[in-house]
Amino acid sequence: MIPRSTAPPLPSGIVAFVKRDCPTCELVTPVLAQIAKQASLTVYTQDDPGFPPGVEAVDDTSLAVSWHHDIETVPTLLRVQDGEERERTLGWHRGDWEALTGVSGLGPELPEMRPGCGSLSVAPDRTAELAVKFEGSALRARRLELASLEDPNEAMFDRGWTDGLPVVPPTEARVLAMLKGTTRAPHEVVAVVPPDLVECTVEKVAINAVMAGCAPEYLPVVLAAVEAACTDTFNMHGLLATTMPVGPVIIVNGPIGQRIGMNAGRNVFGQGNRANSTIGRALQLVVRNVGGGRPGDIDCATHGNPGKVGFCFAEDEEGSPWEPLSVHRGLDPGVDAVTLFPGEGPRCVIDQLSRDPDSLARSFAASLRALYHPKLVLGFDCILAIAPDHARVFQEAGWDRARLSGRLFELLQIPGQELRRGAGDMAEGMPEGKTGQALGLPASLAGLTLPKFKPGGLLIVHCGGGAGLFSSIIGGWVSGAIGSEPVTREIQP
Amino acid sequence: MNVPPDKPIIVLDPTGERRPATRQRLDRLQSLSGITVGLLDISKPRGNVFLDRVQERLRERGVEVKRYRKPTFSKPAPVNIRQAIASECGAVIEALAD
Repeated sequence: MIPRSTAPPLPSGIVAFVKRDCPTCELVTPVLAQIAKQASLTVYTQDDPGFPPGVEAVDDTSLAVSWHHDIETVPTLLRVQDGEERERTLGWHRGDWEALTGVSGLGPELPEMRPGCGSLSVAPDRTAELAVKFEGSALRARRLELASLEDPNEAMFDRGWTDGLPVVPPTEARVLAMLKGTTRAPHEVVAVVPPDLVECTVEKVAINAVMAGCAPEYLPVVLAAVEAACTDTFNMHGLLATTMPVGPVIIVNGPIGQRIGMNAGRNVFGQGNRANSTIGRALQLVVRNVGGGRPGDIDCATHGNPGKVGFCFAEDEEGSPWEPLSVHRGLDPGVDAVTLFPGEGPRCVIDQLSRDPDSLARSFAASLRALYHPKLVLGFDCILAIAPDHARVFQEAGWDRARLSGRLFELLQIPGQELRRGAGDMAEGMPEGKTGQALGLPASLAGLTLPKFKPGGLLIVHCGGGAGLFSSIIGGWVSGAIGSEPVTREIQP
Repeated sequence: MNVPPDKPIIVLDPTGERRPATRQRLDRLQSLSGITVGLLDISKPRGNVFLDRVQERLRERGVEVKRYRKPTFSKPAPVNIRQAIASECGAVIEALAD
């Protein structure tokens, strides 16, 4: 909730809100005069201090009283006692007005009822300005006034606030509108953002979400993603600093995905969906701007990947034969959640011929084995994003997620002999002796097998378009305590 | 949201606010050793006389000097000159004149 400026107190008695530019307000002018004779009446006028004639009106052309007391219609009639509103009626209705005022015989020549008009305090062309006027003091971020000759986009590029693409200027009105997307208070600290370890408030996240192009209803997802990214477990600092081509990948589960129009289907990792494109970007802008994590500075990626502008997608839960990823990771079904994964760009696995689950699992395993290097194992987690056409093969054969995971684990047991440094005439490979032991490996790999991924290190997600016998692999970063672990976080409204 | 062109736009700072809001100058050089100094003549009369003397003094101190000249003082330096100075020099001295 956004704190407002203090509401001007209302006088006791009958209180009316009117504007001249409202035929119903014109109509009730004699009625107001009638009430004024028999009761204590205060009339607030929104557009013309001289209106209504015959009644002394209080000038509310600033709309301060109307706005703070949530007047949406004129005329609105209130009964106020000891500064508290007791009763309210909208538009003109003789019976309601008589009941509220206790005055009978009101407007005998008037029709029985007439609906009112919109209050100026909720006029679409005034709401942004009024929010800034009455709620703007809730915003604590530093204001920067750009010179009138400065192009806002150029000014923001110059200040280093962008990822190289244009951003939406974070004006007070836009940030206030963004903050309506969450019930959380603007000053609540969401996370301490690496690398500079700066406390980041809901307001700062909202500013960067505006810049990224988010709609207010995306804000809860961005907030959860920032929280998850800034945990020790996820290790955003290390992820930034690594030479590997990885960045935070956000997977969204729960009904919120559909509610905010996220893409879990065709072109799920691609362009064109506003929520997918901007939520991931908002997280990256928070890391860049609040945390100070910038490419060329602490971000030392050798190649990086295009997903580092922002990489976010929803799981297709509706079409999935399996429980959602968030449920597999311990949350209740139907709970909105983000899972943060330290991922590189996706690569496609093609198998258009397997109709047998074991054959398809073998195709997956053969492709997964090559991740980063066919001779490097246990160091990296991985997402396997299975498209509906592939998922159906497992569904029809009755394979649940555990069976598929288990089979892949078996198929990805690789003989140590093949993994040794120098094997296959390749210097790269798994270390032995003291170096290997320091990594928790046996002194010799001879006669052993090692799994490509540690147990639980392969995350299976269901997403993608309904046509195409393809799946997709998203490789991770160094897993475990020295690297990063995926983090799942509930999304708060 | 439309902003009238004559009205300055106010934006909220998206950063951690650890640096001043105004853009900061680069740190002052501690020494000229190993630095190429650009001398930018903005094409005002006799600016070259001043820069010739600056060049002489810098060369006496063993400092590498490069000369640049804007086509006219009445317009900002063209992009190619700005890029050349930024990529070739560690410092620049710009001469006003008259």
